[in-house]
Amino acid sequence: MTAASVSSAMVPPRARKSRSTSRDRRWALRWSYFFLTVFAIFFLMPPLYMLITSLKTSAEISAATNPWWVHHPTLGNYVELLTSPQFLTYFRNSALVSLIVVALTMLISVPAAFALSRMRFWGSVILATGVFLTYLIPETLLFIPLFKMFALVNEYTGIELINRWWVLLLLYPTLTVPFCTWIMIGYFASIPKELDEAALMDGANYRQILTRVFIPVALPGLIAATIFAFTVSWAQFLYPLAFTTSADQLVLPVGIITSLIKGDVFNWGQIMTGALLGAAPPLIIYAFLMDYYIAGLTAGATKG
Amino acid sequence: MVDAALQSPSIAGSGRRRFALRAAMRRKSTIAFLMTLPLILLIALLVLYPAIYSIRLATLNKSMERFVGFGNFLFLFKRETFWMVVQQSCIFAITAVIFKALIGFVVAHFVHNIPARGQRKWRGMLLVPWVIPPAMSCLAWLWLFDPSYSAFNWILDLFNIGPVPWTGEAYWARFSVILVNIWIGAPFFMIMYLAALKSVPEQLYEAAEIDGANWWQRLWYVTLPMMRNIMAITALFSLIVTFANFDIVRILTAGGPIDKTHVFATWAFRVGIEGGDIPLGASVSLFMVPILTVAAIFILRDINRRASEMS
Repeated sequence: MTAASVSSAMVPPRARKSRSTSRDRRWALRWSYFFLTVFAIFFLMPPLYMLITSLKTSAEISAATNPWWVHHPTLGNYVELLTSPQFLTYFRNSALVSLIVVALTMLISVPAAFALSRMRFWGSVILATGVFLTYLIPETLLFIPLFKMFALVNEYTGIELINRWWVLLLLYPTLTVPFCTWIMIGYFASIPKELDEAALMDGANYRQILTRVFIPVALPGLIAATIFAFTVSWAQFLYPLAFTTSADQLVLPVGIITSLIKGDVFNWGQIMTGALLGAAPPLIIYAFLMDYYIAGLTAGATKG
Repeated sequence: MVDAALQSPSIAGSGRRRFALRAAMRRKSTIAFLMTLPLILLIALLVLYPAIYSIRLATLNKSMERFVGFGNFLFLFKRETFWMVVQQSCIFAITAVIFKALIGFVVAHFVHNIPARGQRKWRGMLLVPWVIPPAMSCLAWLWLFDPSYSAFNWILDLFNIGPVPWTGEAYWARFSVILVNIWIGAPFFMIMYLAALKSVPEQLYEAAEIDGANWWQRLWYVTLPMMRNIMAITALFSLIVTFANFDIVRILTAGGPIDKTHVFATWAFRVGIEGGDIPLGASVSLFMVPILTVAAIFILRDINRRASEMS
């Protein structure tokens, strides 16, 4: 009897409680969506405004109408920029620099990561730590001594390094290689030892282990590292600003800022178009390879 | 037969085998060294050497002919602008990191709250500021902050507020550069915290709920302790990047109005590259080293601890 009364007394409050928590959950969900929308507006507003402005003519921009609406959309800015030889030069320089830097980065960091994660040798642990530390050294600390160093190289050997777009091929790897090596060490270290032991038993040499076992197995990590190297080289602003000056040597970010902003005359329609076109390659890569992009982002701090 | 065939070379070569083994070992480490050689060269020539060289540079006079010891540093200490830069760099970095962490934490929770199939879409949208090259998005912000055509002021004008001098007045300019920094950096925190939230086992929350823990207690006693590591390391990473930031201030205000928004990096650029005083610029950027070192030591300690926990 007591058992029955206890259970009958127990049931209603519990049912009520679960109903109220489910209502709580629904409200929590609504609030979540509400705040997510607010934050999404905050986060997406500048790129959206870029798009809005890029579709306007200069006349419409300077007429003080609603800036958030396009009354007479036009692709004039895009046509003008994409047919201007100057802008195409910037784009070509950026693309060349980024692609070569990605290739260089992979050629340097993948073998190094393999050696550091699998072939213990004298100093390998210290070197792995050192790689990580160099990743923490910001470029803002190095650009002045590097600038002076390159000027001295010119003095002694006569090779002009300043104001040449290809000098960026020397500079960007200092930003990309340490990080890529670091996350590749993490990915390689997570491959079970049995796999390469088995390959060794079958008579594979180290090159074969790397190309036939490690690279295919760690392909997601490799893609993440490639994306990272590309986005970093594409977005880099300080080095090209300090090291290149003449119009035919500039890369996209610096080119847009120095050539489209002429004195006090800001042609905002074109600047926004250029900025949007400059943001497009990373955004397109991100749209298609989002999971790899995020994997690379979180790997930097959580792996190792 | 098979046995004999297997045994005979091993007996005959037992003396040689040890030698061959050692040779192989030597060869293995040689191969390994060669594989890391490009990395070592890159780091030594283009990172370590310039880092040390900048200390040497900082002790020279402007024309780089005479050794002046600490002269550049003493000169900096006497300049008011320098102390303003120190102050602004610290305010800029600390405020921005705190707000990035807060917003990242809150947004990560909201994303974690909604049903799993919608999360991908929201996460994808919210990370966009991090993906756009900072130089490009800063141009958009510069245009949003434009003194005469500011789209923000147009909205504020509807409510009869404004016009706000976003980049024209010292305090507003400081606010603006921090705001843009938060806009760029908060999505990174969001992604890291979301990954951390996902790694907290669901059973812990169930156990806490059975024990009668409310929402706040679950956050305080379950979520935060489980996320502490990632929170700390993300904040330290961000502190380094924010403290050494260049793009945002350079594009939005170029240090102005009257040097009020300069941080170390932009001021070093102004003095060293544009002003042509390379030693002084090097001295300015060297002042970033102490705080970067402290952050790096903490990060390294954490990583070593986790490495030893894993092995």
